[in-house]
Amino acid sequence: MSSVLFDIPGPRARMRYRTLAIVGALAIAALVGYVVYRFADTGQFTARKWEFIQYEQIQIGLVTALGRTLSAFGLGAVLAMIFGAIFAAARLSDHAWIRTPAAVIVEGFRAIPLVIMMFFFYYGLPSAGIKMSAFTAVVLGLTLYNGSVLAEVFRAGINSLPRGQSEAAYALGMRKTQVMVLVLLPQALRAMLPTIVSQLVVLLKDTALGFLITYEELLNWGRQLGSQLQFGRPYVPTMLTVAAIYIGMCLLLTWFANYLEKRNRRNKKVIKLDNNKAEGIVLGESMGAGVPPGAGTL
Amino acid sequence: MSVLTNNLDLFLSGFGTTLRLFLISGVLSLVLGTILAMLRVSPVPVFRAVGTTYVTVVRNTPLTLVFVFFVFAYPYLEIIKFDFFTSAVVALTLYTSAFICEVVRSGINTVPIGQAEASRALGLTFGQMLSNIVLPQAMRSVVPPMVSTLIALLKNTTVAAGFSVAEAGRIRDALSEQGENVLVGLLWVAAGFIILVMPLTLLQRILEKRWSVAR
Repeated sequence: MSSVLFDIPGPRARMRYRTLAIVGALAIAALVGYVVYRFADTGQFTARKWEFIQYEQIQIGLVTALGRTLSAFGLGAVLAMIFGAIFAAARLSDHAWIRTPAAVIVEGFRAIPLVIMMFFFYYGLPSAGIKMSAFTAVVLGLTLYNGSVLAEVFRAGINSLPRGQSEAAYALGMRKTQVMVLVLLPQALRAMLPTIVSQLVVLLKDTALGFLITYEELLNWGRQLGSQLQFGRPYVPTMLTVAAIYIGMCLLLTWFANYLEKRNRRNKKVIKLDNNKAEGIVLGESMGAGVPPGAGTL
Repeated sequence: MSVLTNNLDLFLSGFGTTLRLFLISGVLSLVLGTILAMLRVSPVPVFRAVGTTYVTVVRNTPLTLVFVFFVFAYPYLEIIKFDFFTSAVVALTLYTSAFICEVVRSGINTVPIGQAEASRALGLTFGQMLSNIVLPQAMRSVVPPMVSTLIALLKNTTVAAGFSVAEAGRIRDALSEQGENVLVGLLWVAAGFIILVMPLTLLQRILEKRWSVAR
């Protein structure tokens, strides 16, 4: 609990908290009870609404759809990291003619909504004679957007390393490339790893945007099955299933990010970065499950 | 250029709807997010548990799924009927408030405990402490990430285009019906978003620079 706002409770405060707890618990129970009642009353828990899951065809469909989501995620993640690494290096370049275009590209792709990018690739480019599948459009959009965010994360990571690191490396006579590759990058990567994994959670969530350009992924599976009259239009059950799968996968990744961060905190080799700038980027710009800025300071 | 000038009405009404969606759901999610943050820092464990559960679940759900749920599945629960615009506002508010909550909470947590302890020792009431000591300091670390969250909300409004809300993302459908060049139209939409987002990004950078206090 936050001890900033509240003192350690005395007898009267404890009594008040207990009363509040009971009232709150009742109110919440009433709310949840009402929602469950609405679910039950409209027959969402009847066997008929859930029997779709027994058909082998549908099970195979679910696994295929999940596979499509994961393959878009996997390819998008790898490409986004490559894109991010290249553009972070370009933005840290000493030459203005590399730095400036890279900055424009990264800032631009962060400002354009991902949906518009996907529309552009899937609906826009065919009128210029370039046709691509929904999968390619989704992966391309994910790469450009998340790659740009990752480029900022990498750059912030390298910039927030203590100055002494690069100064010492230069004093030893290393070139810029050597300083980057041998000294700065390994330390920055290690410190940034939790943030990068948090950004991957965002990427995984963003694969669901493929739904809007008819990419047949998990959400699309739920939507199509939900409209089937022969199973009694099980929209609510399929959406619950899809939500459970998404939340499960994202929680696994979030948990992994938290684990990495805990390990980093224990590890003496990891240099504590000067600020939480990169984490702020992930939290704000992409609404990710990133570590909130300042969360590490207390 | 002709794609923009010939369909100026379409673009203006599209971005108008986007801004309306952004403003309404922005205000609502600021309110809901602050309430959630209050739950998350409350001394009552039940409230904290509710806040944490909400934030964990919503932050790990794709926004598109929230939209699909409210547009397709929610009507089957027969509670209150929403039109498409209201559904979009509800979905965006529920989603964004989880992020606002985290920003507010971590902002409150950046205030050193000694500040509140000192003010309690001076005999300030809870309200005085909150308004004179804690919130002014928390504001500094809250506002820059809050602006980023609102930028993300502005960009996220485009998801509503897939759910029959006639906003900027929907301009494409209208253009392709009229047989206009969709490619150029989408480039103009992208340009429109850059124009909307860039001032906010600049504002955020300025606030961040001005308010980043060394503690």
